[in-house]
Amino acid sequence: MEMIVASTIGVLTAGGVYLVLRMRAFPVIVGLALLSYAVNVFLFSTGRLATDAPPILNKYGDATYSDPLPQALVLTAIVISFGMTAVLVMISIGSYLEADNDEMALIDEEAPPDAEFEAEAQAEEEAARARASLSEADAADEEALKGLGV
Amino acid sequence: MNHWIIAPVILPALLAPIIAFVMRHDIVLARAASALGAVALAAIAVGLTILAMDGSTHVYYLGDWPAPFGIVLVLDRLSAMMVLLTSILALVMLWHMMATGRDQRGRHFHALFQFQLMGVCGAFLTGDAFNLFVFFEVLLIASYGLMIHGGGRVRMRAGLQYVVMNLAGSTLFLFALGALYAATGTLNMADLAEKVRAIPMEDAALVRVAAVLLLMVFAIKAALVPVHFWLPGTYSNAPAPVAALFAIMTKVGAYAIIRVYTLIFGPDVVAIDGLITTLLVPAATLTLAVGALGALAAKRFMPMLSFAVIGSMGTLTFAISGMTPEAMSAALYYMVHSTFAAAALFLLADLVTRRRGNDALTPQVETEKHGIFSALFFAGAIAMTGMPPLSGFFGKLLVLDAVRDTAWMTVAWVAILVGSLITIVGFARAGSILFWKARRNPNGDPDAQWVARSDRSPLNAQKLTSIFTMLFMMAMLVAAARPISVYMDAAAAQIFDVTSYIEAVLRPAGEVLK
Repeated sequence: MEMIVASTIGVLTAGGVYLVLRMRAFPVIVGLALLSYAVNVFLFSTGRLATDAPPILNKYGDATYSDPLPQALVLTAIVISFGMTAVLVMISIGSYLEADNDEMALIDEEAPPDAEFEAEAQAEEEAARARASLSEADAADEEALKGLGV
Repeated sequence: MNHWIIAPVILPALLAPIIAFVMRHDIVLARAASALGAVALAAIAVGLTILAMDGSTHVYYLGDWPAPFGIVLVLDRLSAMMVLLTSILALVMLWHMMATGRDQRGRHFHALFQFQLMGVCGAFLTGDAFNLFVFFEVLLIASYGLMIHGGGRVRMRAGLQYVVMNLAGSTLFLFALGALYAATGTLNMADLAEKVRAIPMEDAALVRVAAVLLLMVFAIKAALVPVHFWLPGTYSNAPAPVAALFAIMTKVGAYAIIRVYTLIFGPDVVAIDGLITTLLVPAATLTLAVGALGALAAKRFMPMLSFAVIGSMGTLTFAISGMTPEAMSAALYYMVHSTFAAAALFLLADLVTRRRGNDALTPQVETEKHGIFSALFFAGAIAMTGMPPLSGFFGKLLVLDAVRDTAWMTVAWVAILVGSLITIVGFARAGSILFWKARRNPNGDPDAQWVARSDRSPLNAQKLTSIFTMLFMMAMLVAAARPISVYMDAAAAQIFDVTSYIEAVLRPAGEVLK
C-alpha cells in the first residue's frame, strides 16, 4: 500500500509541475489541481497509513487507530484549494475575456497605458454599446406594438 | 486569558461580510464602517502593544483547549509590534483610497480590505503552524481581489500570474507542514520547538527537508531571489495604493522567517546545524543585487519602486541571518522603516502617475503642482536609499553594525553599501527624468495623448495627507529612536528566549490541564 500511495503522490506531482510550467491558463489550472490532489494524499499519509482502523482511541488501548489530525488537515486543505481553484478560474476567465487569449506571459510593453484608464475607456465603450442595443430593442418593441395596433 | 488578543482577527472578520452583503450599494456607509473598523483596529493594536510591553508571553487558547491540542494565539512584543504596524499602514492606505476616490473604481474594495487585515493580523498572532497556513490563504485570497481592483487587461494578466505563483507556494507550504507533522506528530509551534530540539542529528533528515521547504515558502512571500519574480509584475500592475498596502505582505514573509527560524528551528537546534544562515546569506546578497540593479535599469516608475522593495528585503534578510539578538533588533527596526518607506513612495507614485497618465520613465510634460511632488519624491528617495536624516540611514547603520562580528561580514557590508549606492543612482536617475527634465509647454507635444487621459482632479490636502503621514512616521522613528530601539531590543531578546515561550504556551502557570 505504501508503494501505491507514494507513487500516486509522485505521479500527480510530476504531472502537476509539468502542466504548471505550460504557458497557457487552462493547463496551469489543471496542473495546480493535480498538485493540490498530490498534497492532499501526502497530508493524508503523514499520520501513517492504516486500514480498517477507526480515527478514535480504543478503550482497550492496544487496538490500532488511524491518526485523526491529518484527516482534519486534509479537509481544511481540500476546502481551501477548492475555493482557490474557483478564484483562479474566475480570474483567468476575466483575463481571457480582456485579452482574447489565455497565455500567461506579460507582454513587455515600453510604456503600457495605465491599466485603469484602459479599463475605464473599455467600460464606457461597452456602456455605449449597451445603450445603443437597448434603444434598438426599444425601437423594435415600438414597431411591434404599432403592428399590433396599440 | 485576555480576550482582546483575538480582537484583531475577529473585528475585520465580522466587519467584512457585513460590508459585502449589507453595504455594497452604499459607498458612504461602507466607507464609514471600514474607517471605523480600521480606527478600532489601531486602538486595539495600541492596547495590545502596551499589554505586550510587560515582557510576558500572552497566550489565547481558542475554545479553551489546552495547548498542543487546540489552536493558540500568542501575543508577545514582536507580534504586537507587527499588528500595530499593520494597523497604521491600513489606516493611511484607507485614507488615501478614500481621498482619491479609488475605492469606487471596482466593487467590494472595503470588504476585501478588511479580509486582508484579518489575514495579516492572524498570521502575526497565531501560534500554530497549520493556522499560519490558513491565515496566509486568507490574506492571499483577499490580496487577489485587491490586486485586480479596477480591472484592465494588463492588470488581469499580472493578477493571474500572481495567483498561480502563490497557489504553487501554498502547495509547497502544505508539503512542508505534512513533512513536519510526519517527523514530529504536532503542528503547535511551541510543541514543535520542543520536539525538534529532542531529535538527534542522525534522525533529522525529514525535519531538515521540512525546514528548507518552509524557508522556500517564506522566501516566496518575502520576495527573496531566486523566488522573487512575482513581485515586480504584481506591485507595478496593482493599483498603487494597494501596492502600498502590500508593503506589509513581504514583511509577513520576513516575520514568518524570524518566528519559525528562531523558535522552531533556532540556531541552537542540533538537527538544523546552522543550515538556515548558510542559505539566507547568499539569498540576501543576490536579492540586494537584483533589487539595486533592477531599480537602476527599470523603464517604468512602478517597477523601479518594486525593485527597490526587493533590495530592502535583501538588507533585511542580512540582518535576520545574523541570528543574534542584536541583529534581530536591527532587523525589526529596518523592517518597520522599509514598510513606511515603500508605502510613502507607492502612494506618491499613485498621485504622480495618475496625473501624468502613465508611469514611463521618459521626460514628459510636467504635472500640476510639480514642485510638491518633486519634494516628496526627494524625501521618499532619501528614506528608501538610506540617507540621513530619515530612518533608512539609522536602519542600515544598525544592520551594518549588527553583522560586524559574523563570518560573512565582508559580503554583507559590500553588498549593502554597493547596493545602496546603485539604488541611489537609480533613484537619482528616475527623479531627474520624472521631475527635472519635465517640459513646461504641452502644445504640440507628442505626449498630449497621455495628458488628455490623465487625472485632472485638483490636488488637495487630503490626497497628500497619507504621504506626509508616512514621512512623519519615518521622522518619528528617528526622533524617538531611543525608546523604539529599547522596545526592539526587548522584542529581540524575547524572540530568542525560546524556553519561556514554550513554558507560557504549553505549561501556563495556575492552570491545570484538563
